[in-house]
Amino acid sequence: MFKQQAVPMIFSQVKQIRIPSINNILRAAALPLIGLVIFLGLWSVMAKNIDTSLGQFPGPIAVWEQATTLIDEHNAQMDKADVFYTRQEERNAARVAQDPTYEPKIRAFTGAPTFFEQIWTSLYTVLVGFVVASLIAIPIGIICGLSKNAYTAINPLIQLFKPVSPLAWLPLVTMVVSAVYVTSDPMFSKSFITSAVTVSLCCLWPTLINTAVGVSSIESDLINVSKVLRLNALSHVTKIVLPSSIPAIFTGLRLSLGIGWMVLIAAEMLAQNPGLGKFVWDEFQNGSSESLARIMVAVLTIGVIGFILDRLMLMLQKQVSWDKSAVLR
Amino acid sequence: MASLKVLSSLKSAVKVLRVGAVSAVLTGSLVSNIASAEKLGWPEKEELKFGFIKLTDMAPLAVAYEKGYFEDEGLYVTIEAQANWKVLLDRVIDGQLDGAHMLAGQPLGATIGYGTKADIITAFSMDLNGNAITVSNDIWKEMKKHVPHEDGKPVHPIKADALKPVVDDFKSKGKPFNMGMVFPVSTHNYELRYWLAAGGIHPGYYASLEGAVKGISTDTKGLLDADALLSVTPPPQMPATMEAGTIYGYCVGEPWNQQAVFKGIGVPVVTDYEIWKDNPEKVFGVSKTWAEKYPNTHIRVVKAMIRAAMWLDENNNANRPEAVKILSKSQYVGADYEVIANSMTGTFEYEKGDKRSVPDFNVFFRYNATYPFYSDAIWYLTQMRRWGQISEPKSDEWYKDIAKQVYRPDIYAQAAKSLIAEGKAKASEFPEFATESGFKPAQKHFIDNIVYDGTQPNAYLEKFTIGLKSDSKI
Repeated sequence: MFKQQAVPMIFSQVKQIRIPSINNILRAAALPLIGLVIFLGLWSVMAKNIDTSLGQFPGPIAVWEQATTLIDEHNAQMDKADVFYTRQEERNAARVAQDPTYEPKIRAFTGAPTFFEQIWTSLYTVLVGFVVASLIAIPIGIICGLSKNAYTAINPLIQLFKPVSPLAWLPLVTMVVSAVYVTSDPMFSKSFITSAVTVSLCCLWPTLINTAVGVSSIESDLINVSKVLRLNALSHVTKIVLPSSIPAIFTGLRLSLGIGWMVLIAAEMLAQNPGLGKFVWDEFQNGSSESLARIMVAVLTIGVIGFILDRLMLMLQKQVSWDKSAVLR
Repeated sequence: MASLKVLSSLKSAVKVLRVGAVSAVLTGSLVSNIASAEKLGWPEKEELKFGFIKLTDMAPLAVAYEKGYFEDEGLYVTIEAQANWKVLLDRVIDGQLDGAHMLAGQPLGATIGYGTKADIITAFSMDLNGNAITVSNDIWKEMKKHVPHEDGKPVHPIKADALKPVVDDFKSKGKPFNMGMVFPVSTHNYELRYWLAAGGIHPGYYASLEGAVKGISTDTKGLLDADALLSVTPPPQMPATMEAGTIYGYCVGEPWNQQAVFKGIGVPVVTDYEIWKDNPEKVFGVSKTWAEKYPNTHIRVVKAMIRAAMWLDENNNANRPEAVKILSKSQYVGADYEVIANSMTGTFEYEKGDKRSVPDFNVFFRYNATYPFYSDAIWYLTQMRRWGQISEPKSDEWYKDIAKQVYRPDIYAQAAKSLIAEGKAKASEFPEFATESGFKPAQKHFIDNIVYDGTQPNAYLEKFTIGLKSDSKI
């Protein structure tokens, strides 16, 4: 994820000549597989030798079992939800019979969220945090890239806040959200807002820096063209600056999303947002003989989702990059 | 005083009028309005969210949900585990939670301004007993030498006298003797302190300069003059913290003492049943503004929880195995079935293999366990005073006033009467509401044989050798 560093390879002229052959295809498929098998082997051997007070460290088989259990639990909960809704209709009907002015409404299922619902909550939260961060970071990045003065003014702040851990922000964010976000009928829960804001605070920086770098390294020819055509500021940005710095911006966005996803899990643990982070924390607190295996399922899920998010961003990045010859990975 | 009474009865009259007006709008017919004045009104808020900490004494909440008692009251409740007692309290205060499973000291502490200042009330006491003190294997090995034995088994209750030589040894070597409890105003803190002090081990005072000015201490460490240093750890992390060697023992609710036995990392030495027979434990707390805004909802919640508590104690704990099954689900307590069952089904395992019958280890309904007694509240206040969390002497009246602000048997009585009217409970199962004073008769069953009379808190404080007296200051 971090292989692609801040300086984008916009002007990279590297062109690899690829000759597709059976050999290569085999290699592409077989090598990762070998890696996976070795990893699973090492994992199960090591797991057998680690004894915790909650029993043996879970090996691949125990984790697989818990993964299927989580799916079963999800299905069982969905069945319970169906029963809940039919029961609720009956109760509503009974109440209307007693009290004809009552306007029956269907309330959402009150059961505990399942693993899959928690995944969905996490994804939703990270995306909201990420979009908010991007909407702030890209304009500031463009200003910093265009004006050396603005950059000099803002740079110390960027350097100051960039390395701050989400855990340091969280108590402040929690208190501020509690104080500021006061409504009688909240559309979003406070835990959600706290988590999303913490994610935003931590994934502002890569986008901001990359945007600034991308904008400031526009070819001078292009800038001269803009000057010759006497483009006003707005058209300068939309016609020249944005198109030429889009690859850099997307590099930043991709890094940001990766960081956001990592930060989210920690934020959810403490803010009690019912996503994957809370799942991990609750299981840790349960301390049952299955807890470690269930946490391991969550760890792998977090990894897979992180990977998928990164690939999606890479696809986008390839789509918008005008230099198709650049090697992106 | 008299004018105050008139004022408050005026206020309540206005409230009744207003409720009547609202339901008149709702029902749109005068006839049903007259009927509903007798009966309990519909809930003002139907979708609720309650918090809890992963401990077996949250059972009334889980049972009321799973058995549909909340839904019977027209309430759609979500139950959510919280990270720790502080987070739980803060979320009740700022309205993210409608109510929660709380330590009995939390509503009291919040009301008098120890920690976060907020008006929290309770109309439902969730259980009696249910805690124990566990020490690590090494400490137990040392302690055991000083414990009297009969037939090769230690004689219970074990007093802290057996721990004193170990603590003295630590002191002479200059090593701190650390123990864990779950929150500064927790039952566990006061029980552990009570047990230690009864054995001559000083657990330390809470003291601070600002406290001396305000009358309520702001110190949350409580280490002044301490022989044993107590610190806060969330319940589920207790076994892990002791295993890591950070603390040598702890006082916590179930299943975290039995967990230590199962993991083989420690030995529960004494249950709180032995420290104070049938001591009040958790309560169901809501914020005062919430309770004023949603009175019918509050009564209905209490109704559902009374039913759950009745179910838990029915037929001599016959439903407990089913309850354990519910609690062992990962969204509730989540520990293994065997671990929870060990204490919930009327037994308690001390040393591995030393399983004894303690039928009243968890009491949810019998002995009027759910009724919010003023004397219970006052006991907690006396302990806050004894250890310096209340840094100034207070009058007996003050203790009673605070108890009456926080503990609300009036709401409980409304809920119970409604259940009796519906035929879901018998009047004989509750205190006689018309005559109940809210003060239990003087209680004798303490580990140090000191008698507690809730009507005389200051006289009670005088009886302790270790601890602040009614007139002492730090």
